[in-house]
Parts: sequence; structure tokens; C-alpha cells
Amino acid sequence: MSKPRIIAGAAIAAVIGGVIAAFAVVWRPAIEAIEPPAPQSFEPALVKRGRDLAAIGNCSDCHTAGDGKSFAGGLAVPTPFGTIYSSNITPDPDSGIGRWSEAAFRRAMRSGVDRAGHHLYPTFPYDHFTNVTDEDDRALYAFLMTRPAIRAPARANNLAFPLDQRFVVAGWKLLFLKGETYKPDSTQSADWNRGAYLVEGLAHCGACHTPRNALGAEKAAASFSGGDVDNWHAYAINAGSLSPLPWTTDALFHYLRQGWDADHGVARGPMAEVVSNLSSVPEGDVHAIALYMTSIFGPPTRDRLSQASATRAEIKSPAVQPAHADIPGGSIYQAACATCHESDRPLPYSGINLRLSTALSAPDPRNAINIILSGIRPVAGERSPIMPPFANSMTDDQISVLLNYLRGRFSTQPAWTGVEQTIRDARHSETVFLQTQPEPNNAPAGSMQRDKPW
Amino acid sequence: MVTLKVNGHDHQIDADPDTPLLYVLRDELKLNAAKFGCGLGQCGACTVIVDGKAVLSCVTPLLLLNGKQVTTLEGLGTIEAPAPIQRAFMEEQAAQCGYCIAGMMMRAQALLQKNPKPTDAQIRSELQTNLCRCGTHMRILRAVRRAAQLMDTAELKTNGQGGVQ
Repeated sequence: MSKPRIIAGAAIAAVIGGVIAAFAVVWRPAIEAIEPPAPQSFEPALVKRGRDLAAIGNCSDCHTAGDGKSFAGGLAVPTPFGTIYSSNITPDPDSGIGRWSEAAFRRAMRSGVDRAGHHLYPTFPYDHFTNVTDEDDRALYAFLMTRPAIRAPARANNLAFPLDQRFVVAGWKLLFLKGETYKPDSTQSADWNRGAYLVEGLAHCGACHTPRNALGAEKAAASFSGGDVDNWHAYAINAGSLSPLPWTTDALFHYLRQGWDADHGVARGPMAEVVSNLSSVPEGDVHAIALYMTSIFGPPTRDRLSQASATRAEIKSPAVQPAHADIPGGSIYQAACATCHESDRPLPYSGINLRLSTALSAPDPRNAINIILSGIRPVAGERSPIMPPFANSMTDDQISVLLNYLRGRFSTQPAWTGVEQTIRDARHSETVFLQTQPEPNNAPAGSMQRDKPW
Repeated sequence: MVTLKVNGHDHQIDADPDTPLLYVLRDELKLNAAKFGCGLGQCGACTVIVDGKAVLSCVTPLLLLNGKQVTTLEGLGTIEAPAPIQRAFMEEQAAQCGYCIAGMMMRAQALLQKNPKPTDAQIRSELQTNLCRCGTHMRILRAVRRAAQLMDTAELKTNGQGGVQ
């Protein structure tokens, strides 16, 4: 055999091998469609457990559009790569998951592949759901398959080529989907392990609170060090936390369960929906999450503790402030904010003392701006936290001087940069948000939990 | 002294800069259309228009209003020559006790100035922050739709009050 022939043969073999390998990476078989199972074929206790798990997983948040039916999908999820629309996970046979077997559902949770064998985009956080046990997947499946079937065909995603080709996702998975399942740590308590299982798995806290790399995968080395979601900043919830007072297990439990905490304020933005869901699940699970997260925050340093006691002392007996009228922003704070934020009314119905505000210590002013612009809308028919919106009554300049004043007075962090641009961006996204969401769901926790004595 | 521009006129106001606009309108300028409802910016009875936008005057301190134009219901029309929004609310008999109506009209007016042909969903969404405890919501919605029509027809040209821009 001549040399060129050998080379040609090897090249052909390599190409064929490459194609086979690529095929193996990309191709997933369809799982046979089933007749939609009757709702009564599922054990009520299993469905109930699935309901609680779905609440912990915050499934309804993404799989329900602002004005749509529960779990029928269609919510636009903005990503740096384009807009992805969530899918219908009601048991509708044609547009939902009605013809999915439990095995197909489990495969979607474990490896992000739909029943027909298409790769799912990782906006569906299967990189966390690999940790969910078979037993919990079974309960989730039972819960979803017993929801009312809603006919709601998927909306086409708005992604640029080549990302609109689903096989590309297979490459992403090769790089970033470790497919590990949760291994209990025998040196820790059962409660801690329960919390770790939920946080790293179904609750997928890192999906928002961990920063992402250029390809949209969580940076493993920067777990829980703060991320972005829906034009909000998801705070660092590890040792890098900038909350003025350190988080404790009690404070975390109270916040996650009741939607607010006296030392940290009221959950709002996307977190409001999370705590709203957590207000309805077994208390033990929320406690386990709080316990595990406390260990992620780690024990506060000596510096942090002394800063915290200085902050508490300052709140108890505030130092005399210079005349506000002389300070840019100070007069606005005094006239528009202080009546609630310095009142004696207790949380959650009053404003938090801004010395305790994590928003004002955050790396950028997005959250503070969002809340100044849109306020906190009341929940219809309930007592709930409120704040009036200032979008129409304050100009960008007024918000800007106010924010710079608040940052300087209430935070120990250096001044923000780019405040004006951030305000313009927030106004833009706020307009979009208000046009697509008839009822902004940013009030935390159900009233049943909200009013519980602390 | 603060200079405040209301319904096209400059007023010299002798009040603390943190005084809510509502108090100045009602107590100093005797413009009583805007009502005190909750005082927390939650009911909308105090709504007026500032630079074309609906603003809750009970939580808007004077110092935010430097150089801005305030319009109250009195600035839209008079009893003799009601503005389209006022005519529409009368023709639909949208008021029962009437306490919320001035605020409703001002928010609707701001909406129609920005968007002359709103959909029902847009009207509902915009007026959501204004509460009515009598329950005349359906008439209020009809009145806003009627106002949009009135503003779209030639009749409106006879209104010399500058209520519609």
C-alpha cells in the first residue's frame, strides 16, 4: 500500500471515527410516548410530596408566564445569548408532557434531554437536578402529571445561529455537565445533609447566586459568590456576603420561611417568589436549607463581628447627622424616605433601617434602583409589605444623587460607578417588565407565614 | 420659598421642602380635586400629573418638583367646559362616592396622553394602582374607553383648556 493511500485511509477512518463520536455525544434516542396516565393512578401522598418538592424547586416561577396558567410555560427568560421561552410541563398530551413516561421525565431532569431526544437548553438547571434522587423525581412527576392539562404550544426561542441548533447543547454538556449525584457527608448531621441535598439539587440556589462564565455555565470555583438574574443582582451568599449583619441559621430560616428578617429586611425581586414558595413547604426542609447555607456563609470573622456590633449600636443611638439640606441627596432622603425607613413601626410593614440594607452595600446599585423605581406592590387582599414607587416622581438625576448619598451614609463600601447608566438601564427594563407582567409578583411569602410571631 | 408650577401658573409656596405636594395643593392652593386617601402612596386618590406622568402627590415632597409642571384635575377642564376625560366619566356615570375618581381620571389622562389607543389590558394594568371601594370599576373602564374615543374625534378641538395635548 502506498503512503498517500495510508494517509487517505487514516484520514477517512478519523473522519468516520469523529462522526461516530460526535453522533454518540449528540444523539439521544426518543423514549416511547405513553398514553397520558389517569390522575387517580398516582398515590395522593406521592403527589403531595411532589407538590412540596416543586415548591422547593421553584418550578412554577419559570414554567408560568406572568399572565398564564400554572406550569404552562411561555415565560421569556432573557439570557446573554438570546431569549429562551420556558416549556409547558402540564400533562397536555400534545403541547405538554402528557405523553412522557416517568423514565423520560427522569432523563430530562438528569441529562437535559426531552422525550423525543432533543437536548434542552441549560436555562433548565439540570446541572443541579442531577442531584435529585429517583424517589424525588417520581414524586415531582406524580405532581406534574396530576395538574390540569393546559394546551399551550412552546414559543420559539430567539437565539442566534449556531445556538439555535440544539446539538450545540451536547457540546456544552461535555464541558459543564458533570452528572454527579449528591453524596452525603457522613461527618455532618442529617439536617445539614438534607439542606445540602436540596440547595445543590432541586432548589438550585447557585443558578442565580453563582456567577456564570462566558458560555453561561456556573463558575465552580466561585460558588455562591453572587450572580445576575432578571436585571437584579443575586447577592453573594458565602463568606463574601456584604450584608451589614452576618447571617445566622435563625435569620436565614426566618427570611426564607416568612419572607423577611428584622436584621436583613424583606425579600423582593426574583427572591420574593422563592420565599413565597418556601413559605408553604415542610418547616424542616427550610430549616435544613438554612443550616446548610450557614455553613456556606461560614463563621463571621472578628472584623465582621465588630462591625456588626458597631452597626447595632449606631441603630440604637444614631449619631447626630449634619443638616441634610446641605448634602446632595440628603434632603431627598429626609423628605421621601426617612418617614418610613426611620419610623418606629416594625418590619415587615415598615421600611428597614437602611444601615441594614444589603442593597446599599451591594457591588452595583441595580437592586436599590429597581426598588426605588417600582416600590413593593401590595398583595391583593392581604396585609403585606409595601413601598410606593418613585419612577414617575424622581428624575434620573434625583435618584442618582439620592443613591450616592445613601451609599456614602449607610454603607462602608466605596462609591458606586456608572450609577446614571444603571438607572437608565433599569428604567428601560422596568418598562419592559411592567408591560409584560400585569401583576408584578414581588411581594414575599404568604400572609400565613408573614404574620407569624418571630 | 419654593416656586411651584401648577396648571400653567407659577406659585410662590412658603413651606418646608419636605412637605408633600398634596398638602400644598389642597391647603395652600385650595385645589381640592386630589384627595388624601392612605398617605402611603397605595390607593391613588392623590394622583396628579407631573411632567406628563401620573404621580402620587401624598408621597412626593416639594423638593422633587423644582422646574417641573404639575397638572391637577382643575387644570384639565371646568364645569362649563369639561375635558374629554371628565365628560367621559360623567357620561358613563363612573362615580359613586367619587373619592377615587379624581385620581382615576388623572392616571387615565396620563395613560391616554402617552398611548391614545390603549387596549383593555393596558387600561386595567395602568389603573391597577388606583383603588375604588364602591365597585364602579366596570364603569370606570368604560369611561376611559369613551375618553379615548372622545379625544380621537373632532369634538375635542372645542376644548380650549389645554386638557389634551
